[in-house]
Amino acid sequence: MDRVRTAELTGAEIVIRCLQEEGVEYVFGYPGGAVLYLYDELFKQDKVKHVLVRHEQGAAHAADGYSRASNKVGVCLVTSGPGVTNAVTGIATAYMDSIPMVIISGQVPTAAIGLDAFQEVDAVGITRPCVKHNFLVKDVRLLAATIKKAFYLATTGRPGPVLVDIPKDVTTHKTEFHYPEEISLRSYNPVRKGHSGQVKKAVQLLLEAKRPMIYTGGGVVLSNASAQLTALVRQLGFPCTNTLMGLGGYPATDKQFLGMLGMHGTYEANMAMQNCDVLLAIGARFDDRVIGNPQHFAQNPRKIVHIDIDPSSISKRVKVDVPIVGHVPDVLDDLIKLLRAGAQQPDAQALAAWWTQIDEWRGRDCLKYDRTSKIIKPQFVIEKLWEVTGGDAIVTSDVGQHQMWAAQFYKFDKPRRWINSGGLGTMGFGLPAAMGARMANPGATVACVTGESSIQMCLQELSTCKQYRLPIKIINLNNRYMGMVRQWQEFFHGNRYSESYMDALPDFVKLAEGYGHRGVLVDKPADVEPALRDAFKRKDELVFLDFLTDQTENVFPMVPGGKGISEMILAEEL
Amino acid sequence: MRHIISILLENEAGALSRVSGLFSARGYNIESLTVAPTEDASMSRMTIVTTGSEDVVEQITKQLNKLIEVVKVVDLSEAEHIERELMLIKVRASVKEREDMKRMADIFRGRVIDVSDNTYTIELTGDCRKLDAFIQTLDAGAIIETVRTGASGIGRGNRVLRV
Ligand SMILES: Cc1ncc(C[n+]2csc(CCOP(=O)(O)OP(=O)(O)O)c2C)c(N)n1
Repeated sequence: MDRVRTAELTGAEIVIRCLQEEGVEYVFGYPGGAVLYLYDELFKQDKVKHVLVRHEQGAAHAADGYSRASNKVGVCLVTSGPGVTNAVTGIATAYMDSIPMVIISGQVPTAAIGLDAFQEVDAVGITRPCVKHNFLVKDVRLLAATIKKAFYLATTGRPGPVLVDIPKDVTTHKTEFHYPEEISLRSYNPVRKGHSGQVKKAVQLLLEAKRPMIYTGGGVVLSNASAQLTALVRQLGFPCTNTLMGLGGYPATDKQFLGMLGMHGTYEANMAMQNCDVLLAIGARFDDRVIGNPQHFAQNPRKIVHIDIDPSSISKRVKVDVPIVGHVPDVLDDLIKLLRAGAQQPDAQALAAWWTQIDEWRGRDCLKYDRTSKIIKPQFVIEKLWEVTGGDAIVTSDVGQHQMWAAQFYKFDKPRRWINSGGLGTMGFGLPAAMGARMANPGATVACVTGESSIQMCLQELSTCKQYRLPIKIINLNNRYMGMVRQWQEFFHGNRYSESYMDALPDFVKLAEGYGHRGVLVDKPADVEPALRDAFKRKDELVFLDFLTDQTENVFPMVPGGKGISEMILAEEL
Repeated sequence: MRHIISILLENEAGALSRVSGLFSARGYNIESLTVAPTEDASMSRMTIVTTGSEDVVEQITKQLNKLIEVVKVVDLSEAEHIERELMLIKVRASVKEREDMKRMADIFRGRVIDVSDNTYTIELTGDCRKLDAFIQTLDAGAIIETVRTGASGIGRGNRVLRV
């Protein structure tokens, strides 16, 4: 049944009405020729608020951050040609991390398509490999239904960005407006419920395990399954690890949590992964940064249960024994029910021995660093950040060493607090994502952990922060290097620091001030905590904290590329 | 291993490039690809011949299923099926070669569908191996031009692919 039936509207009016129908609060965008009619309609109403970014990459990242921090759809609006191409990095970032987003792009008029018109690019063609789906709408009568489809596709199944490309003339054509209440596509029917026979097999395997391990990824966060996961892990008494994308899915301060796993995961998490006999993988995809070399991983025999919404994520890099395709929280509910109904308990004796082994691994204290240093250690800054914010801030990050330290040292107890580009690894993500996160959570404490190289990739958004009064705290771990690049060059390229030194850095304090914010330089360990406390007291101000950190610090543990997950380099080994 | 994959997909602009883009982006082989609308004009049927290990082919079918416009996917080579390809081949056929050429076409159940002073154009259908065999049988110098449609496939008996 159609909810709304009115006189004829223009395409531009229809788009805005659709956004209103979807309950869209914010659109992150940037105007231009092809979207002028859309902007005109935005101007005439005040339900959907527009956030004017300073670069379309920022629009896509902000919409993405908004979505990650809220579980709502992030919406972004860009013009044709350079507007779309600027947004592509942001779209690909969202795609790699399965973030529900709708991107509306302007296109040259239908009659001009294919004629190399001014600001024409094949938006659908360029974005095809980095969207869940995309549409070019050539007929205004299909516009409302297409936008409905876009929101439906973005949010169901494995989520992802969907682009709707709208030629300028279509925004002026008129038709009657119907916003379909529901949509169904014969070619798209994501599974929700896990196969009950498979769930039974999984329970059996878990109960028989001697050295069990639970490994969870972004899927748990995206599907809001933290409560179920926590219940399951506690009920079983098994150890749990999260991927970079999955942090916050299980409370990091809990004793059953082994920390993050993977290339820069903890010793205990990686060792337990390699040595477990039953592995329960949930909403995770065994990617190269997580399990390293799959052949090495396969050397230890183990049974694997894998729960995921996306069948193509199962048995892609690692063969699994019990695949369960379904919506994670629903499958976990079924698992928990079955466990509670049965009389059998996990093998307590075996489990105790396994925990003894794990505690021994924990004893390596793999994240230790020099606490007596006269130079600021980046790890120390993150530890203090965690303390000062009570562990409850929304933390976004850019990409590099600072990202890994934030992931290792900020203990996320709740989901949707840790926002980073895990799949694509996009420098420049942190600041615009923080804007979106803050818009989604007015009043929340939002920190952006970044490096002096990353922050310069979307620096212009400081201006957006000023305009919309977004009191983000920028934690710049300034080591004057593209630290992660430098680390690889130190380990694998004979200390030849080719182009990884950040020369001619701006004075970040003055720069922040130039944008109308507060800037603070911190160069002594003793000043770290007071500077953080002062910054976070300033509820209405953006504070740019420029921490001059140890240039030579490296991220440990580290699994070198191509190595097995248990073949870690530890700090003390160098 | 050679696999023949059948796909039902929405007959929409761009659907073909989503499929071919998937193959190139993920490094899967395409030996041949054919596509045309079905009796229901809103739907197309595509046949792709590919090679890959069982793991790769499993990924191919999963990735195809993931495309929004793909309605159904089946690996025909998993069970009994029929496969046909059409070839048009233009060969040298001067007066003294004509009889031989005609006989050869007959053996392969081909038909001569166009004749000029010194050429024959032969139409031949069959599975890929038969078409390959015909080409092999001819003297390479005799072949002027070949055009092949790529394989189309269908399951045997009650094995059907439809919505
Ligand atoms: C857009 C983009 N370009 C290049 C890279 C490769 N890269 C990964 S980490 C890194 C260095 C980041 O340096 P910085 O932001 O200072 O952080 P640090 O590692 O020093 O903490 C680079 C260049 C990337 N991830 N993204």
